[in-house]
Amino acid sequence: MATILKKETIAPAFKRYVVEVPEVARKHQAGQFVMILLHEHGERIPLTIADSDPEAGTITLIVQEIGKTTMEMGLLPEGTEIAVTGPLGTPTHIERWGTAVCVGGGAGIAPLLPIAKALKEAGNHVVSILGGRTKELVILRDEMEARSDEMIYTTDDGSFGRKGFVTHALADLIEERGKPDIVFGIGPAIMMKAVADLTRPHGTPTVASLNSIMIDGTGMCGCCRVTVGGETKFVCVDGPEFDAHQVDFDLLMKRLRTYVAQEEEAKRRFLEAHRCRATENAEVTA
Amino acid sequence: MTTGKLSPKERMQIPRQPMPCQDPHERVLNFAEVALGLTPELARREAERCLECKDPKCVAGCPVGIDIPRFLVEIREGRFDEAIRIVKETNTLPAICGRVCPQEDQCEQVCIVGKKKDPVAIGRLERFVADWERDHGTVELPVCEEPTGFKVAIVGSGPSGLACAAELARNGHSVTIFEALHKPGGVLVYGIPEFRLPKEIVRWEIENLEKMGVEIRCNFVVGKTATVEELMGEEWGFDAVFIGTGAGLPYFMGIPGENLIGVYSANEYLTRVNLMKGYRFPEFDTPVKVGKRIAVVGSGNVAMDCLRTALRLGAEEVICLYRRTRAESPARLEELEHAEEEGIDFRWLTSPVEILGDDEGRVRAVRVIKMELGEPDESGRRRPKPIEGSEYTIDIDEIVMAIGQGPNPLVLQTTPGLELNRWGNIVVDEVTMMTSIPGVFAGGDIVTGAATVILAMGAGKKAAAGIHDYLLGKGGLGGEPRREVAAPPAG
Repeated sequence: MATILKKETIAPAFKRYVVEVPEVARKHQAGQFVMILLHEHGERIPLTIADSDPEAGTITLIVQEIGKTTMEMGLLPEGTEIAVTGPLGTPTHIERWGTAVCVGGGAGIAPLLPIAKALKEAGNHVVSILGGRTKELVILRDEMEARSDEMIYTTDDGSFGRKGFVTHALADLIEERGKPDIVFGIGPAIMMKAVADLTRPHGTPTVASLNSIMIDGTGMCGCCRVTVGGETKFVCVDGPEFDAHQVDFDLLMKRLRTYVAQEEEAKRRFLEAHRCRATENAEVTA
Repeated sequence: MTTGKLSPKERMQIPRQPMPCQDPHERVLNFAEVALGLTPELARREAERCLECKDPKCVAGCPVGIDIPRFLVEIREGRFDEAIRIVKETNTLPAICGRVCPQEDQCEQVCIVGKKKDPVAIGRLERFVADWERDHGTVELPVCEEPTGFKVAIVGSGPSGLACAAELARNGHSVTIFEALHKPGGVLVYGIPEFRLPKEIVRWEIENLEKMGVEIRCNFVVGKTATVEELMGEEWGFDAVFIGTGAGLPYFMGIPGENLIGVYSANEYLTRVNLMKGYRFPEFDTPVKVGKRIAVVGSGNVAMDCLRTALRLGAEEVICLYRRTRAESPARLEELEHAEEEGIDFRWLTSPVEILGDDEGRVRAVRVIKMELGEPDESGRRRPKPIEGSEYTIDIDEIVMAIGQGPNPLVLQTTPGLELNRWGNIVVDEVTMMTSIPGVFAGGDIVTGAATVILAMGAGKKAAAGIHDYLLGKGGLGGEPRREVAAPPAG
């Protein structure tokens, strides 16, 4: 079992967890994730590893409290033991490409952290474009700045950086400086789709990290399957990163809604049971 | 009633005792076990049917070679404790095997009584004594040899791994099982439904293994958390590794519409329900879609499990689509009959060609084509051929693909030098079960392709013997083990 050593709120409905799980910390590479399970009655959910410290034997998870399990996790005190399995998935393919643009939206900024770090270490010029609905939801700004050569921020409401979406900033960047050598776009499926649509005509290699529903995370159930270039792939073992130009995002978005009714019900029941403690989070994520 | 003095002729006159079962109408409303188990009276009566053949074919028919006539005599005489002791000489998981073994293809198939009458119900008797022992709290753990100091890693806690671990522990080796999921048991836990194999029984058998000193590490994915090579390296220090990762890669048909919402692999469907207890949502957090009209493709044991699970989840109509006929169906007869009793709509000689969805990408129908049987194929079964123009559409809201599983590649891809066959299964030496890598052994579905629990257990046992010999050779036959002798396991 793994122990939650530290828990802190980094933005409304966003928490950072430092989890002690030495074997995972030691093997983690950029792009990989873990499956977590809070307790016997829980569900298994995938969470990308945002950072790892092999020496301390810890990994960092950034979790947006969006459904029952993530909200419940937010209520666990430090010291709680949970099941953490990994590191899973194929690591990010890193090369010295030249200019690499990291486009992150919402919770998708967290998986970009180790990727930006690896890109910079490989000698790339890293430009990060981070966006969110409002300033406080553009998470991990300091951490990304430390791993990037240039930063561009966007907010939907204009409260920070330029007003608009990350794709607007990316479009302008391409227009001003020509196409980058590679783009990593991670965020909600709709954002990744927009990034892919934007870079496709330029022929810029673009990588998306997909967030399918999973159970085992080891290729056993096939729940996470997506269509990539007309072929069925399993996000858990073939991914989570794929050539964004080949991903059928419409299918991904549909499949993400498979259990929307049950998810709402579970959340409603949970909030009723924990009204006093969880409402502040719920207001933001609702 | 048990004189032990009956003549063979008299024994032959005793009919096979029926297995008490939950009523079909009732049982489709719950997940409790269907077969309730023999009473002591029924068991003794059934055991009386054994002819105690001089050359018992049943023993040869058992993949782990249980001394069947000997334990049947003990049952007949009412010495159930002695009976279970005999079973456990060769079978470490009798409560499980007594439930899920295809006895009709093994011990019972070759039973001499079966030549004229119904064979002796060996499987049911095996289950009976295992349950009896559990209910009477007199469980005896096998005696383990003095610790040898050798460490063996077992990859996967399914039937082959559990059997292998038990044998190695008996031989005094220190055994650690690595399991990717959060609960041990492999297919016994995620695959086989509660109504056929209560999870409580699996848990209990595994606890006994732990009492023998076997360590189980869950949430550990060999190939990811550590590779086989690393396990055998300095840091982990295992002297041998057994790979028993099973058939954990779901196959799909490759027809249009297979990624629609409501299309499940059998693995996913069963895992949601069995391992994650989706049928108890929202008490348990993992949901499972509850359809009204459900189709299951395939007619093996896994398909039967899916069909009957769908009924219990509350489906109004459950349809089995199989491209051959009932006669070719790979499912156990008992499973088929149970499914028929429960009201499954079997559509033989019917194969899906396309799954149709609505605007939201949810399954709404399946288009099927009728088949006819042609010439025998390489499996010896007549090859199904589509009948042109026979297509029709069945309205459904959920479909489960139970057409087989392949080898999960996670361990295989991360173990350089491991020889695989053309289906991606591990190649092993037939006697020792050693792979192309010295010290690395394998057995079960990862070697044979999807088969049965008992065959996997037999392979695990065989590999344990191979590993034992390998380790003794490694330490110098009869010589000193190379490691300090650890303290004997607790319990």
